[in-house]
Amino acid sequence: MGREGEIVTELIPAFEKEHPGIKVEVQQIPWSAAHEKLLTAFVGDATPDIAMLGNTWVPEFVALDALEPLDSLVARSTDVVRSDYFPGIWSTNVVDGATYGIPWYVDTQVIFYRSDLLAKAGYSQMPSTWADWRQAMQKIKSQMSATQYPLLIPITEWRPPVILGVQAGSPLLRDDGRRGAFHEPQFRAAFDFYASLYRDGLAPAFSASEISNLYQEFERGNIAMYISGPWQIGEFTNRLPKEMQDKWMTAPLPGMNGPGVSLAGGASLSLYRRSAHKREAWLLMEYLSRPDVQLRFYKLTGDLPARREAWRDTSLANNRYTRAFREQLDRVVPTPKVPEWEQIATKVFEYGEKAIRGRMTVEQALAALDRDVDALLEKRRWLMSRRKLANR
Amino acid sequence: MSSRESVMDSARQRERMTRVLLYALLVIGAVLALLPMVWMVSASLMPSGEASSVPPHFFPSSPTLEHYTNLFTRLNLGRYFLNSAFVAVVVTSASLIINAMAGYAFAKLRFRGRDRLFRVLSTGLVLPVQVAMLPLFLLLKNMGLINTYWGVIIPGLASIFGIFLVRQYALSIPDEMLDAARVDGASELRIFWSIVVPGIMPILATLSIWTFLATWNDFMWPLIVLSDASRYTLPVALANLSGEHVQDIELMMAGSVLTIIPVMLVFLFLQRYYIQGVMAGSVKG
Amino acid sequence: MARLRIPSEANTAAWFFLAPALLLIGVFFFLPVAASLLLSVTDFDLYGIADPGNTRFVGLQNYSKLLQTPDFWTALRNTFYFAFVGGPLTIAVALGAALLLSSKLVRFKGLFRTIYFTPFVTTLVAVAIVWRYLYHTRYGLFNYALSYVGIGPIDWLGDPQWAMPAIILMAVWKSFGYNMLIFIAGLQSIPEELYDAAEIDGAGPIRRFFSITLPMLMPTLVFVSVVTMIGYFQLFAEPYVMTQGGPLRSTTSVVLLMYEEGFRWWRMGYAAAIAFVLFVVILIATLLQFRLQKERA
Repeated sequence: MGREGEIVTELIPAFEKEHPGIKVEVQQIPWSAAHEKLLTAFVGDATPDIAMLGNTWVPEFVALDALEPLDSLVARSTDVVRSDYFPGIWSTNVVDGATYGIPWYVDTQVIFYRSDLLAKAGYSQMPSTWADWRQAMQKIKSQMSATQYPLLIPITEWRPPVILGVQAGSPLLRDDGRRGAFHEPQFRAAFDFYASLYRDGLAPAFSASEISNLYQEFERGNIAMYISGPWQIGEFTNRLPKEMQDKWMTAPLPGMNGPGVSLAGGASLSLYRRSAHKREAWLLMEYLSRPDVQLRFYKLTGDLPARREAWRDTSLANNRYTRAFREQLDRVVPTPKVPEWEQIATKVFEYGEKAIRGRMTVEQALAALDRDVDALLEKRRWLMSRRKLANR
Repeated sequence: MSSRESVMDSARQRERMTRVLLYALLVIGAVLALLPMVWMVSASLMPSGEASSVPPHFFPSSPTLEHYTNLFTRLNLGRYFLNSAFVAVVVTSASLIINAMAGYAFAKLRFRGRDRLFRVLSTGLVLPVQVAMLPLFLLLKNMGLINTYWGVIIPGLASIFGIFLVRQYALSIPDEMLDAARVDGASELRIFWSIVVPGIMPILATLSIWTFLATWNDFMWPLIVLSDASRYTLPVALANLSGEHVQDIELMMAGSVLTIIPVMLVFLFLQRYYIQGVMAGSVKG
Repeated sequence: MARLRIPSEANTAAWFFLAPALLLIGVFFFLPVAASLLLSVTDFDLYGIADPGNTRFVGLQNYSKLLQTPDFWTALRNTFYFAFVGGPLTIAVALGAALLLSSKLVRFKGLFRTIYFTPFVTTLVAVAIVWRYLYHTRYGLFNYALSYVGIGPIDWLGDPQWAMPAIILMAVWKSFGYNMLIFIAGLQSIPEELYDAAEIDGAGPIRRFFSITLPMLMPTLVFVSVVTMIGYFQLFAEPYVMTQGGPLRSTTSVVLLMYEEGFRWWRMGYAAAIAFVLFVVILIATLLQFRLQKERA
């Protein structure tokens, strides 16, 4: 997807040289439509041999019985060394005890911030607890105009409230993914904090498509902090003018009572069951998992390698921006591994929006969210009770 | 000055004022109608970031074609263009023949159950096409046509509306002419090609323009069927690009310009047929 | 030897001419429409796609679930809002433009007609992207123009109150040209003598409009209104591109909801129920039109 689709074509020739007789064709899909399109491709029996899957989608494709379990291949492989991967990341690919994807590159969310504005508010470092973070933002806000905001968290993204939820210790779903846990105290606490950011004017209630030019807003100081992933390092470096380059930095996320966890995102390489070229496909997956190839991919895309060994290279080890990501990657958790997760996540921000805009109280919103989530999971409960899933 | 002359003068003055008012309204209307598109072209030529200026710029300070080149070199727009062109041309030409034959048959061929069949077919006009989309998708999936050009093309090959239009027009062909040809021994197909088709040329022109525009602009069905980006038609590609490049206003404007140009050209050069068709069809309505 | 066709030969020829169209329409339109009803009484979804054995027959449960879902009522309300406000507005603008272009005092009719029709032929996605930016709170032209008359910036696409009006405005701009042409044709068919007679009787332009133009145009008006509204009930691309159905679902239309449930979440049985509701709504509107037209006659 996205740029990765363009870049990976550059890695292919070396692989094909190593394995003459294997020809690789790359199909690109834009990220915004990738989820729908991958499913459409599956439904339409038009699947490739390997797919790059957003790792939160792995459970869905496992439910469709689309993916090949990889444990035996991994055990025998010298290129794919399980222990060299970030544990939180690897676990996102494990569903019902079997591995269905090899982490290709990793992604998590950290804070990008204007270090000069933070310093002006009296902080030399990003705070690491919610309370301190809040205080810092309030300080920054007092030095801003009415249309400027310390933090930008688009109201139509599910990650911010979910991250806060897991930081507060919420399991998001309970009963082995059969029901929602959104009205329970942990998520409630996180959600109250999330809603307060908007209420107190620390974050603007914008949808993702309303921010026409994030980089301009950041440069003009209309925004001081933004939670995002590794690709922004490249974007900020390229789009912000030279004078700005020493005025921004990244930091791991603050958590409830100390450094916080973030979501284990990224992409995995998965093998489709229906593939007619599984042996060759696995060779490609092994190739792309080698630390040196991972490193090369990083240098071309800015996507962070999933192999810890690749991180020892100076280009990453000495990179002041990726340092926050390296630290955060040791503290990541996966999202619930149910096929319905994408739809549940959408409902999280929808009810979030309702609560923030005052259409419902937080209490009502979370209760309604759980009702909807329980309804969404009804089929899963039925299937599990028929022991169709448990026997996999 | 006589009183009659002064009455006529004031009448002429009123007429002049009315005319000025009418023209003023027309010009304001024209500006409003064209403003979005003028701005679209203008912004597409602006250097990156200029479209987000306060106060807004109406004209580029230093016009650049970089966004257009970017679209073709980096973002593969040429491919999407070709996809749209392929689908539009195939659908337009094939559906023209298919709809024309059926429309003529309903108008001029006498066969059992003709009127009843036509009435049943007409009921389809009130069925919204979206109702068919879910099962149609599953049907095409079982035929292996999902994510293919044919999956986009085939559902558009016959249209009840097109058949309607042709039939309407073909009714005016004199039966005697056709019967005379039959008496002379010409086959039905021959009659169709040599007599009917030349006779219904205007409506065929209208129908083909209509079909081309509708197919080029079609969004929802290609969006649903195509998952492989290399097969996207322009509207689908544009919608996807706008999601990913929401920051690059000028780039997106250039994409919009390129998408609209073909249909604008077709319309501007062939508007006579198109407008005639709309207006002719409406008088009956 | 020359002779006329005998009936059975005429039949064969006819079927030859009809076969491609009928086959295509039958298989790829009528059949799916019928199947939609069937789909709507099952819970066919992603699990069902993986293994049809995972599908259950659920009777009218999808429909009852639908009726209990606030999002569905919101979508229905939004769609009606769009159709019943956007429709008359489009028609009013179209009629106004048609009247302007039918005035005897005006030249360059063809030029203006073309200009006014241009928005109609443009690709909806392309112009939706342009309008999305014209509506931008900070950098858009609309708020810039409003600032000249002292009205503060409106968050067009971000304010649940203004998002649908914003989409309606764009839809009116885009669609009025088509109805305008139909009205021009209708106006042309009103006999000149009627106006002359009325003018002699001393009737002013406004009186003439209400006593002659409007009544003579009524059948066309009715027809155009219903057709326009049926078209507007199928609202999809504008919210998909401009607002993704937000903010707060204020621009989610019935078709958008169907698309989301059916092609994003693959709850196809449920989505088929939504599609069927759309069908019923449009059917009622169409029957209403027939009723009104019959009364006219």
